[in-house]
Amino acid sequence: MYHKEKSIQIKNSASALYNNLCVLRIAPRRLTYFTVVHANVVNMVSASWDGLNYSHRQLQSKEPNVATSPSLIMQAAFCVLPSRDLLVVTSQKGIQIYESDGSIMVYWHALDTPETPTAQAVFARGIAAVWENYICVGLSSCGILVFDVPSKGSNITLSEVLEEHKEPITDLAQECSGSQDCIADLVSADDSGTLCVWKSGEEFQLLNKIGGFDMSCSSVKLWKGTAVAGYGTGQIRLYEAVTGILHAEVNAHARWIYSLDIAPFSGLLLSAAEDSFVRVWHLTVTPESNTVEVAHLHNECVTDTQICGAKFCDGDGYAFAVTGYDLNEIIRYTQT
Amino acid sequence: MSMRTLPLVFINLGGEMLYILDQRLHAHSTSEDKSEKVMNDIVGTMFSQAFMDEILKPQLLYSHRTMKVVLTRLAHVSIMKLNAVSMEKLYELMLMAFKYQVFLCPRPKDLLLISYNHIDTIRGFVKDTPAVLNKVDETHRKIIEIYSSMTAGEFQLLRQTLLTFLQDTHICVSIFLKNKIQNPNGRFALSTSGPVPHGMDVPGVIRIFDRKGREMRQRRFASGGSYSHPTKDASFGLHGDRVIKLGVNMLILYVPPLINIVWILLKRSQHTRMDASPNPLAKEELNLLACLMGTVEIENASGCETGFQINLLASAQEEEEGYAFYFSDESFEVINIQALKDEHSTTQLAQIAKLFVEQEETSNNVNSNKGDDLLAMMDDLGPL
Repeated sequence: MYHKEKSIQIKNSASALYNNLCVLRIAPRRLTYFTVVHANVVNMVSASWDGLNYSHRQLQSKEPNVATSPSLIMQAAFCVLPSRDLLVVTSQKGIQIYESDGSIMVYWHALDTPETPTAQAVFARGIAAVWENYICVGLSSCGILVFDVPSKGSNITLSEVLEEHKEPITDLAQECSGSQDCIADLVSADDSGTLCVWKSGEEFQLLNKIGGFDMSCSSVKLWKGTAVAGYGTGQIRLYEAVTGILHAEVNAHARWIYSLDIAPFSGLLLSAAEDSFVRVWHLTVTPESNTVEVAHLHNECVTDTQICGAKFCDGDGYAFAVTGYDLNEIIRYTQT
Repeated sequence: MSMRTLPLVFINLGGEMLYILDQRLHAHSTSEDKSEKVMNDIVGTMFSQAFMDEILKPQLLYSHRTMKVVLTRLAHVSIMKLNAVSMEKLYELMLMAFKYQVFLCPRPKDLLLISYNHIDTIRGFVKDTPAVLNKVDETHRKIIEIYSSMTAGEFQLLRQTLLTFLQDTHICVSIFLKNKIQNPNGRFALSTSGPVPHGMDVPGVIRIFDRKGREMRQRRFASGGSYSHPTKDASFGLHGDRVIKLGVNMLILYVPPLINIVWILLKRSQHTRMDASPNPLAKEELNLLACLMGTVEIENASGCETGFQINLLASAQEEEEGYAFYFSDESFEVINIQALKDEHSTTQLAQIAKLFVEQEETSNNVNSNKGDDLLAMMDDLGPL
């Protein structure tokens, strides 16, 4: 179904972090941006669609002062809003927001760090652009920061902090089907596997809370009102977000899942785990009967590699890209 | 990231160091007395309350530079001395063994089982010295107490922190290559067959449910691997079956004891991050190093029995490389380093720290500042 294409070499190897690959397709310029996190650096590659031009850029985590040791980055993700695209980078020290090409930093938010170190790690993780003008970022202290983003400029403000989770946030996902009918805009996941379903607005509204099984949900997506969650047990579960009804459960991987992605136009689902496998599935959501079907389509094994990021490169799922811990390349696959 | 990495790092890296030292001591017929003394001294210091209490405080992981300094100090608490080249190679071996264990760790929580495998074997090394054995047991109890309440997500964060620390190190180790644990490119083999970890299910099943939660149908898919049913649960207590083999002494598993082993370290396939640019050390790292160093004396413990030399080199080539463990009568010069916090002395400290790490034999006389310094504690404790 898919065959391997020429890989893109990156300047540093990928770190073992959940959802460690982000892709932004810029159709007018026939370019695709990729971001991969390595320790305290974000590697950005801009690849032309004809495969002839690649340019690289590296972004460092911002330090409050020069002499402190570099803070590790937890995640980098593109946020696509109607008016602008931004790149959000979260670390142990704070949240940096850049223009999508990484050229200018437009905003910095510092995390509260205790004077004396406590056993609780401090970091931000989980990034999603929601509806017209919000960017949401999760925290190790269990809250979710909601930033209000103007259509241009750097006057980004903290709108509210959502306090519902009891465990560190792992991932956030916005509704990606593009449908106006969906009630829920955002789903958030944490280390206990709890999922919270939200409606955005001046004040975000909690629509539902789906209990976890004391097993971390490392990656979550929201598509046509269905929350698709990947867990440390290697399972994928599909829930009707607003009601919490479990549609399907897949024993998908033999190790911890690190990344999920959905191609919104075709309903293809991508899952990747530490077991070295990337799997492609097909989801069918039938609103009339309120049912969801899951079919397995394809496997790729990246030999001896614990995969940490997997993303479709386009909305149909025609191509996807993969990163692995300690690997200096972005591996690409295209439909045959 | 995780604030709880240090105890596990020291137990596992320190454990690997002890495995290698034990193997080397036996391979060269070192007297039982001397071997036991070396092991007791190192284990006694590593598991001392003062040392462990310092390590058990929530803190970020040390840099490679700092880790090497502390482990070097540990290796030197007894009558055995290692030259700089030996210590460098020992550190690389320890690191690769630890990376193998962390990489292949089936569930993040199994990092504890790997640590307990190390502790179980260390108990064996010091079983005839009750005072040291008690320290090991006491530390084990503290570890159980601190880590038993950690969630799977916290363990995975811990593991991810360790993986970042170990990233880009691809040194080939001959017994790993021989046993197909490691590929010639330095990367570890990851199997797609065998039992899934305890608590997980074999991949290959899709279940669809109706709106009332009843299973409507089940479908199978080909997983591409050949996985089997989960392993049984292991013991996370002071004793018991740890089930997984990561963290046990691989030198015993893989190496016939009667054969004189040649440790050949092949050239690094990639520069490691350990040798980062020398200037300047970050201020926090300097402060930490300053806290650790206190009075550091690199000298022969001249109160002991007469030293002796063991040449562990098996070939002329290795001799040239200077890879050797040795007991020596030569006395080294004293380096005293002050733990100061102001800007002026941090630059000076950076110079001194750099010298110390490179094991130069120059002396610097700066007044020392004891207190809670980790290494000062090790001096105070001394050998049993």
